[in-house]
Amino acid sequence: MVDVLVIGAGVVGGMIARELIGYTSSVVIAEAREDVALGATRANSAIVHAGFDAKEGSLKALLNVRGSKMMKKTAEELGVKYKNNGSLVVGFSDEDRSTLEELKIRGERNGVPGLKLLTRDELVKIEPNIGETVSCALHAPTGAIICPYELCMAAVGCAMDNGAELRLNFKVAKIEKSEKGYIVTAENGETVEAKYVINAAGAYSDEIARLAGDESFSVHPRRGQYMLLDRDSGDLVSHTVFRCPSKMGKGILVSPTVDGNLLLGPTAEDIDDKTDTKTTADSLAKIKASALEQVKGINFGKVITSFSGLRSVGSTGDFIINSPFEGFINVAGIESPGLSAAPAIAEYVRDMLISMGAPLAKRDDYNPTRRPAHWFSELSVEEKNNLIAEKPEYAKIVCRCELVTEGEIRDAIRTNPPARDIDGVKRRTRATMGRCQGGFCTPYIVEILAEELGIDYTRVTKFGGESYINISRTKEV
Amino acid sequence: MKADLVIIGGGPAGMAAAVSAREAGVKDILILERDEALGGILRQCIHNGFGLHRFGEELTGPEYAARYEEMVKNMGIPYMTGTIVIEINDKKQVTAMSPEKGIFTIDAGAVILAMGCRERPKGALNIAGTRPAGIYTAGTAQKFVNMKGYMPGKKVVILGSGDIGLIMARRMTLEGAEVKAVCELMPYSGGLARNIEQCLNDFNIPLLLSHTVVDIKGKERLEGVTIAKVDENRAPIPGSEQYIECDTLLLSCGLIPENELTRSAGIELDRVTGGAVVNGNRETEIPGIFACGNVLHVHDLVDYVSEEAAIAGQAAAEYLGGNSAAALSIKVKGVSGVRYTVPQIISAAVETKIYFRVGNVMRDKHLVVRDGEREIVKKKKLKLAPAEMETVTLTKEMIEALEHNEITVGIE
Repeated sequence: MVDVLVIGAGVVGGMIARELIGYTSSVVIAEAREDVALGATRANSAIVHAGFDAKEGSLKALLNVRGSKMMKKTAEELGVKYKNNGSLVVGFSDEDRSTLEELKIRGERNGVPGLKLLTRDELVKIEPNIGETVSCALHAPTGAIICPYELCMAAVGCAMDNGAELRLNFKVAKIEKSEKGYIVTAENGETVEAKYVINAAGAYSDEIARLAGDESFSVHPRRGQYMLLDRDSGDLVSHTVFRCPSKMGKGILVSPTVDGNLLLGPTAEDIDDKTDTKTTADSLAKIKASALEQVKGINFGKVITSFSGLRSVGSTGDFIINSPFEGFINVAGIESPGLSAAPAIAEYVRDMLISMGAPLAKRDDYNPTRRPAHWFSELSVEEKNNLIAEKPEYAKIVCRCELVTEGEIRDAIRTNPPARDIDGVKRRTRATMGRCQGGFCTPYIVEILAEELGIDYTRVTKFGGESYINISRTKEV
Repeated sequence: MKADLVIIGGGPAGMAAAVSAREAGVKDILILERDEALGGILRQCIHNGFGLHRFGEELTGPEYAARYEEMVKNMGIPYMTGTIVIEINDKKQVTAMSPEKGIFTIDAGAVILAMGCRERPKGALNIAGTRPAGIYTAGTAQKFVNMKGYMPGKKVVILGSGDIGLIMARRMTLEGAEVKAVCELMPYSGGLARNIEQCLNDFNIPLLLSHTVVDIKGKERLEGVTIAKVDENRAPIPGSEQYIECDTLLLSCGLIPENELTRSAGIELDRVTGGAVVNGNRETEIPGIFACGNVLHVHDLVDYVSEEAAIAGQAAAEYLGGNSAAALSIKVKGVSGVRYTVPQIISAAVETKIYFRVGNVMRDKHLVVRDGEREIVKKKKLKLAPAEMETVTLTKEMIEALEHNEITVGIE
């Protein structure tokens, strides 16, 4: 029997686990997939929103503004790259201008500091590449960017370093009430008995709630497609450039990422299949057209990849954070601004548990910090050389485009939460993520994974399951 | 550390440049190679067809590389493998890293850039669909099969008809895989005519021109692709879609010179070649920094890479010897059908061979080099194709007689 079971190792589940491990050493994180951060966390806009979007008085508004304020410190503790670059919502007409005025008023009521309406002249001064037809903008200086899956991996890693257990490939099949809590059984027969269960299962949180007997809400996936441009395009704009929301929806954004790429997207497509992360030619064309209106001079020859992510849209229009039964908490419908709100959601859930009478007491031995994933690249030349003298694998370049060394790749496989496949290594180290997209280094990473995991070369996967990179030795076909 | 000449890259270009620099008298040379051995991409090109021009015989890639490696070793030219260059600046300071030496900086008298090229990745193609395992560039598959001894799949579709794709169509077939089709977006192939013959036709592998992949299917491992015919604007034609079951999609859609270091030195790149702008000596805008091989522009044959590298090696020796003052600055411009020329600048009145590529397949045309309106060279060309690099040589006398500071190379 453990104190807390968190279902779902996305950024919300990860941040909750990290928060709770500060109060009890008995936390299990159960994840259905082969790695952490694979749902909405994997592919979203990577934005810490200022908080002017959400309706006043909603949980979204409360937790967004609070989370946005907490994010810098959280990122520092976890060694996650974060940049307070500010955001702009750009408009093209008088109608847009009045929408921006409404957003400003709403933002101020939500407690967002520093909001300011800009004229085109003022805008061009801070963003010279802004689109020719943009006529006005709302500037939010507290807007920021962060890498969402890095934040999630760091949070889960921190929780694990402090004693939490991560169970991967744990697909919840059954939730039963037990004398002191709940018995949660996976499809493969594994069970966890926990006093408290936190349902942070993202797109599947409605199904998890239903297994526990709560049918009060549903969640549906909304697909967003993105394009990512090479690092030499990242300085085209310094702010995140949103499009003024219209009847057609929130529109797409053009934003630098913390790693210096340029991100364009997302579209908003309501779909039925919770696994359908394909990209479509139509949507990519739409992104292109919109992005070029917002920012001029985007070179689409620099696109290195396109991808799509699924947002978990709840049926209530707000975040669904409640306790339908004693000891069971839903944290569902965490669509945008869920990433921004994540640190605040974690505290909110902690307080819910405390008010339920959970025996949570601050641990003296809790360490909220974690070595940054990029620790090696941040060392001075002298420090690097001292390390290389001792461990030469830190000078063996595997990924040439992102300059990732063998030492860093082995670290990613050995540290919490450990990488188990090519995509896992990619998200932890950036290897394969550069301009050649793994063309040179994939065969080497397969070799390192096979060696570290003690498995055959042909058993190494791209992302678990049957996603094998190679199917056999030569001469065996 | 100091060295008279630092050569970045120990593939065919780097080794040939080193050999010619040494022959021209440079004693203090250092080759830096990021891989574990000299040879570059030739190490995985185990097919034959290399060296017909350079050595007058057909060699495999590793054999061709070995010839140069032997020369490098016999001449006692120092090289460091497992050494990646992180940065070069405009003062010719080269910062590199290796397991043995850590991070170190070399003050170089001259630098030759010979980093080669990489394949255009899938992301750049923006194909719609899912993201399963089983999609690789042709070169990655070549490394799996030839260097590691593993098969990436057994039912293969190849997108793009670049030479590596054609070579891999044959290679996968020989290993027992079924290559179902090679789709090429353009109405002509991106590969050499001889490779189409020997790698596709000899094995009855269909080459579908004006076709592309429009959708990818498969959640974990690739299950199939949808291909479609494209119109003259390269847009898929509705109704022409065709589903092909396959577990592997190989991409051979072009090569991109690897010029991140060139950029770090602040050297201007040619938008068409993706390589540096150079003069006849293969010298970039920074005196003493030269470039040759596929980092400068993508070549069809390694033999031409060696030839170009020899020019750069010789020129670096002259630069280090103090005779390199650029006497002229005549721009060479590709016009009417010619996409680019290398060199882009003629800086001395010496015999100069100009390499160029055309943008489309053309028949029964003339290659014309003009100085203003005046024709200085006119040559009949029966067939020109984007995949085949062309050359034209200007004599010393022709260059001395030039009246304008720009000449044009065009197809008329």
